[in-house]
Amino acid sequence: MLELAIKGSRRYWSWVIFLLAIISTGVISYLYQFRVGLGITGMSRDVSWGLYIGQFTYLVGVAASAVTIVLPYYLHNYKKYGRIAILGEFVAVPSVIMCMLFIFVDLGQPLRVLNVLLHPTPNSVMFFDMIVLSGYLFLNILCGWYVLGAERKGVPPAAWIKPFIIIAICWAPSIHIVTAFLYQGLPGRHYWLTAIMAAKFLSSAFASGPSLLIIISLILRKFTRFDAGWDAIQTMAKTAAYFLIATIAFYLFEVFTAFYSNIPGHMHPIKYLFVGIHGHTKLVPVMWTCTLLLAIALPILIIPKARKNEKALGFAAVATFIALWLEKGISLVVGGFVPNPFEKVVEYWPTLPEVLIALGVWGIGFFILTILYKVAISVKEEVIFDKYGERQIRAE
Amino acid sequence: MYNGGKIIIGLLIFVGLVITPFLFSGEKATAKPDPKVNTPEILKLPESERKCIESKEYMRSEHMKLLNQWRDWVVRDANALYTSTTGKQYKMSLQNTCMKCHSNKKDFCDQCHNYTAVKPYCWDCHIEPKEES
Amino acid sequence: MSTSRRQFLKMIGASAVIGLGGISAFEILQPGQFEASQLSKNPEALVGKRWGMVIDMKKLDNETMQKCIDACHRIHNVPNIDNPKEEIKWIWPETFEHAFPGMESKYMSEEIEHMQFLVLCNQCDNPPCVRVCPTKATFKRADGIVMMDMHRCIGCRFCMAACPFGARSFNWRNPRPFIKEENREYPTRMKGVVEKCTLCYERLAKGLKPACVEESNGALIFGDLDDPNSEIRKVLREHYTIRRKSELGTEPSIYYII
Repeated sequence: MLELAIKGSRRYWSWVIFLLAIISTGVISYLYQFRVGLGITGMSRDVSWGLYIGQFTYLVGVAASAVTIVLPYYLHNYKKYGRIAILGEFVAVPSVIMCMLFIFVDLGQPLRVLNVLLHPTPNSVMFFDMIVLSGYLFLNILCGWYVLGAERKGVPPAAWIKPFIIIAICWAPSIHIVTAFLYQGLPGRHYWLTAIMAAKFLSSAFASGPSLLIIISLILRKFTRFDAGWDAIQTMAKTAAYFLIATIAFYLFEVFTAFYSNIPGHMHPIKYLFVGIHGHTKLVPVMWTCTLLLAIALPILIIPKARKNEKALGFAAVATFIALWLEKGISLVVGGFVPNPFEKVVEYWPTLPEVLIALGVWGIGFFILTILYKVAISVKEEVIFDKYGERQIRAE
Repeated sequence: MYNGGKIIIGLLIFVGLVITPFLFSGEKATAKPDPKVNTPEILKLPESERKCIESKEYMRSEHMKLLNQWRDWVVRDANALYTSTTGKQYKMSLQNTCMKCHSNKKDFCDQCHNYTAVKPYCWDCHIEPKEES
Repeated sequence: MSTSRRQFLKMIGASAVIGLGGISAFEILQPGQFEASQLSKNPEALVGKRWGMVIDMKKLDNETMQKCIDACHRIHNVPNIDNPKEEIKWIWPETFEHAFPGMESKYMSEEIEHMQFLVLCNQCDNPPCVRVCPTKATFKRADGIVMMDMHRCIGCRFCMAACPFGARSFNWRNPRPFIKEENREYPTRMKGVVEKCTLCYERLAKGLKPACVEESNGALIFGDLDDPNSEIRKVLREHYTIRRKSELGTEPSIYYII
């Protein structure tokens, strides 16, 4: 089926070349980092993780969120998702690959990465994260590719794939729970040391993932003959709405616990993020932008009339995706490190090469996504649906 | 041949890529390695004592595995001394045992390492002996 | 039998994977050819079951403290990097509120408020850094030392996130240009690995006490916490001591007399 990816319009090729350009700048910046060391980033002795690990954390969520599409379709037989289940699975694949790349570019000694396999250490959450991520990648490639192949041939998928799909559904939350465990099991990092972390991770993932799929569906409708379907998009918007409410609630629970208990260690990171400490305010704009975006997006997603307006919905989806990225991709990691174990404030801000490398990884992710979607859409364009959007019939 | 022209061009590019390393390697790569064991520290020893911790042949083929073992034994298992097959005891240390005698890294280590194009990263951390060059 | 080009390519791909995998499996599974009988501890080495240290702040003045720090950083080739973001520290001074956050009060004696406390890796009994390391590059030795295997560290910095004492430093770039005078008996580090105090494991193996203890004029007491007759246990019996963030349950082995 891959041959479908090398036949495309001018617009398709311009997009691919644009991505390749982004990737090249990333690669060049990475070579610079590889030679000099991680000193070229904004990270420091006190904030020893930054943008890279933040992106990793956020993208694990995007990968896991495929389950919000696949589960209703396969377990509850929700036919409206028939056309886009594959799109969900194909978002998971580049997301997991980006996760792995972000871990890789964050390593000080990348050439030794196989030490994780040579000296397996089950007491380290990182070890489990590696296992669940690779497993999830494999399952999504297998299920997505196979089901699409069957669709192209116009036959129902064979029965043997079903168990793998079920396993993939159960597997999806595990990748994000294990990633939350990376953080929430560390003593002395007040901002992370909370049992609700895993729940908050899942809920924010299940809000940002469907938002991304809404954005993608609207773009695909505009530029291709593929239409995800009105109902599918509306259902995704409802999913995003519920989980966004849960995410905001979970965050407010944290704020309540910290401030009603009045324990300084628990209040400091939240104060730092929203108002700054001793004039250190680098993350304050980030947090308020996030808050503002959510304040706009949430009503649009909740109020039926607003949600049904596709322009507004598109805006809400973009706002949700960006806001949760600001929260999880930047402030979550930094908030764990500020103040540092000595209750001193050392700030973090990514440097240009660091941003270029991160963009490069995103570029690789979008490149893979583009290729996979090109294949999937080309197959989908060959088949059309009956008027109920349920059964697929061959195009004339 | 179907698409013959393209295949031949492809093959030519492939062969070109394969032989580039040979074209670019100068004569120095073919110079035979000649590790020297005439450091002052070794010459100080009486003739009969001028032996490495294990036989010359063993050291030549296995020194990397021995060093690999040493580092685990010292760093991870907290041992310090190595009893060689001759019964003599040595302190396990690249910097403080091996390089005390072989103080000529350039004429000893590098000779073969350059020849075989291996770049051990030992010297990124372990300080090499001072040499006049 | 006819083989299509597609099948042929698949076959080549599969055999490449099996071939490469096979070679590495062979390398890993190859039995060790060295005998355990060939190695032994140095008979002069200091032996203990649970090394620990008491820092007697009543005896430790700033000048002595600086001597301890200098000695440690000199013999371990700790680079002197001015940029605080990339700083590498094994042992260094902190004021009370920073060394013992949460234990300070508004009405503390001014003397203690301004006193410099010597801090270093706590050599915890229950070290979070060891728990999180994905390669066992940091591990706990039988004598309680939380040790670093620089050969194995992949530089993921999970241990730095896990250590509640900020005891770990990362080599953000090659440290060598920042080492004024190299101690030629001890290695340096390379870029991309984490490092910290290892309680002078290399000196203990030679029968010497840690360098800071040696420089401290008796303000630092080093010994086996597991031995009830040791000097350190006697000191601990006779004085009220505190440890940094003991509420986290990491069981630090560094005690402070104030």
